[in-house]
Amino acid sequence: MGLLSGRKTVYVDSDVLVIGGGMAGCGATYEARYWGRDLNIVCVEKANIERSGAVAQGLYAINCYMGMQWDENQPEDHVRYARNDLMGLVREDLGYDIARHVDSSVHKFEEWGLPIMKDPETGRYMREGKWQIMIHGESYKPIVAEAARKAASKVYNRIMVTHLLMDKTKANRVAGAVGFNVRTGDFYVFRAPAVIVAAGGASHIYKPRAVGEGMGRTWYAPWSSASAYALPILAGAKMTQMENRIVLTRFKDGYGPVGAYFLHLKTYTENAYGNEYESNWYENTKELVGDYIDRHPVPTCLRNHAILEEVKAGRGPIRMVTKEAFQDPHKETIGWENFLGMTIGQAVVWASQNIDPKHTNPELTTSEPYVMGSHATCSGAWASGPEDYAPDEYQWGYNRMMTVDGLFGAGDTIGGTAHKFSSGSFAEGRIAAKAAVNYVKDLGKGRPQVDEAEYQNLKKEVFKPMENYEVGRNEIVAGTVSPSYLLPIHGLQRLEKIMDEYVGGISAHYMTNKPLLTRGLELLGMLKEDLDHLGAEDLHQLQRAWELQHRVLASESVTHHTMFRKETRWPGYYYRGDHMKLDDKDWHCFTLSKYHRETNEWEMEKAPVYHIVD
Amino acid sequence: MPTFVYMTRCDGCGHCVDICPSDIMHIDKTYRRAYNIEPNMCWECYSCVKACPQNAIDVRGYADFAPLGHSVRVLREEKKGVISWKVKFRDGREKNFESPIRTTPWGSIKSPSDYDAPSEEAFKSQELAHEPGALNIEKLPALTPDKLKQGVV
Repeated sequence: MGLLSGRKTVYVDSDVLVIGGGMAGCGATYEARYWGRDLNIVCVEKANIERSGAVAQGLYAINCYMGMQWDENQPEDHVRYARNDLMGLVREDLGYDIARHVDSSVHKFEEWGLPIMKDPETGRYMREGKWQIMIHGESYKPIVAEAARKAASKVYNRIMVTHLLMDKTKANRVAGAVGFNVRTGDFYVFRAPAVIVAAGGASHIYKPRAVGEGMGRTWYAPWSSASAYALPILAGAKMTQMENRIVLTRFKDGYGPVGAYFLHLKTYTENAYGNEYESNWYENTKELVGDYIDRHPVPTCLRNHAILEEVKAGRGPIRMVTKEAFQDPHKETIGWENFLGMTIGQAVVWASQNIDPKHTNPELTTSEPYVMGSHATCSGAWASGPEDYAPDEYQWGYNRMMTVDGLFGAGDTIGGTAHKFSSGSFAEGRIAAKAAVNYVKDLGKGRPQVDEAEYQNLKKEVFKPMENYEVGRNEIVAGTVSPSYLLPIHGLQRLEKIMDEYVGGISAHYMTNKPLLTRGLELLGMLKEDLDHLGAEDLHQLQRAWELQHRVLASESVTHHTMFRKETRWPGYYYRGDHMKLDDKDWHCFTLSKYHRETNEWEMEKAPVYHIVD
Repeated sequence: MPTFVYMTRCDGCGHCVDICPSDIMHIDKTYRRAYNIEPNMCWECYSCVKACPQNAIDVRGYADFAPLGHSVRVLREEKKGVISWKVKFRDGREKNFESPIRTTPWGSIKSPSDYDAPSEEAFKSQELAHEPGALNIEKLPALTPDKLKQGVV
């Protein structure tokens, strides 16, 4: 059977196309309808929006809430906090914008039915920490998805978007996207003047600590496959801070969260011999980063750094001291429900290993690196800022529009805006959608046109792994080893090994340098060539093939950015062995990249950091 | 294994196939029942376990670090708005937990188009849907560009 002759092409026209139905995508879909009453609003998701994205299994806290109604925090405070945690470098204009809109988003969640815990004395939301509020969030995602479904003209589940489409009448303008239905195998051409990329960040670009069955228990969801970055990169959008990968200190093996433990349960860490260890590394850290170590709270990366050094000094493992707090039955319940609400796998690990934190202080570990834009890190696309106060250099059009006309982003997609988390990602989706509706209104009838030749070529490219498999499979008796194709898992494991060994993964203690990065890029180049020979046995494997394509492109971006920034800005996330110190003289700036698809070249530049609060 | 499916309980309804965020619950062509086709891409998110009307899906912790003999079982009662957990340790100890999942009826969220349409001026303001009302403060905070500065702070 000719693979292409039998494949149906489905055309979907809309005014606003939202790619990805996680927190940011649901926020965008909701808001697009509020402003665009008569518009056709389509949300496309590779899984099922009921349980998709990083919040699929729920959350036990909302980590970004100002509490302006009680004067708990103001948006300026959040900017200072995020800036401090990211060692001085965040897009303060974008961060402020999220902070000022996040409370109204959270209030809607509560109105919609999300159970938010209340302080019995004050009646206010129960605080886990300065920015976090506690929720019973098992159904956080289904609730938010219900709001998005009410708003959308149509939600397309189980469609993996592979590429964006560009306008044939005007350069550097988006015109839609293509993808395939993972169930039917139909090819989809989405035509839309405004596209909001709200896809996921990147797990599984670095080798995870567990490589057997447990490779699925990455900290960030295994389905976060870097589409947030690959889609804009391929369309020529500028990216920023892609070197700013994150390493998480978490409970060992299950990667259960530590936020509630530190902040609410007041547990603390100690080394294997029961001693405090952070002060051992104060002078060492000061040598590297100067007075950033004296800031409060101590930046996340620097706390990682102390753990890494203490373990290297032979005094690991680091443990969380839970035995005291867990004597209080209320705290014990919170400790367990925290996992059951958002990282069930950690409860499974503890049950299996007979770890009851009431009697045993559990081990912590540092994770493999992840690339994302919504946690204590800020990789992503370079976006235009809010119209009312963003500096001229950060403003070239509509809020959250990338450097490609009509292409917007939110959540993991947008760079420079750390600490937005679930609520901030939803709020950013709303910001992007209002801007996208304004863009569509202003565009009037001068709509972009898709190029038939472009999407027909993409159709061939998208299904090529199935053809490769069908042809190559006949050469061999059975099994997974073929001289003519690689399976997606083969390519994924090669990617993870390259990134781990050359670009600062766990087995290199997060260390890299120019020679390593140079070699890493050579190997990534060969992997990229080999991706033409991916083989997909079925549509599920075809999805894996395209997830891998997205991961590889994002990894290449990470490697180029890491090479460009000649300093160690975030020790504890990664180290440039050839530039071990933080260098504010030359590198108090953002790194920007632009990928040229035709020549396969990456263009790097610096962009200034503007501070908008003291 | 992450997740696995009991042969005698699964009736092949496909709810797990529909919900799995990782697309790893598929129907076996011979047995017409669901199974996990790719355990190493399972996050143990329990979406399929919660969605299964037959309680046919369970989890066996990842073989690389989870010794046998444990179980973490869940019952999600959507209409009651409650989720219950039973955690059983390898050595037989048990812990039980119960939490609310929703405070309003399912399906009760209003579409944004059920609200009054925004004015033309509202399109040009920085306010989002339901603001400033939903902020529970008088007006949306804002900055002015004269506060911008460069350099280390």
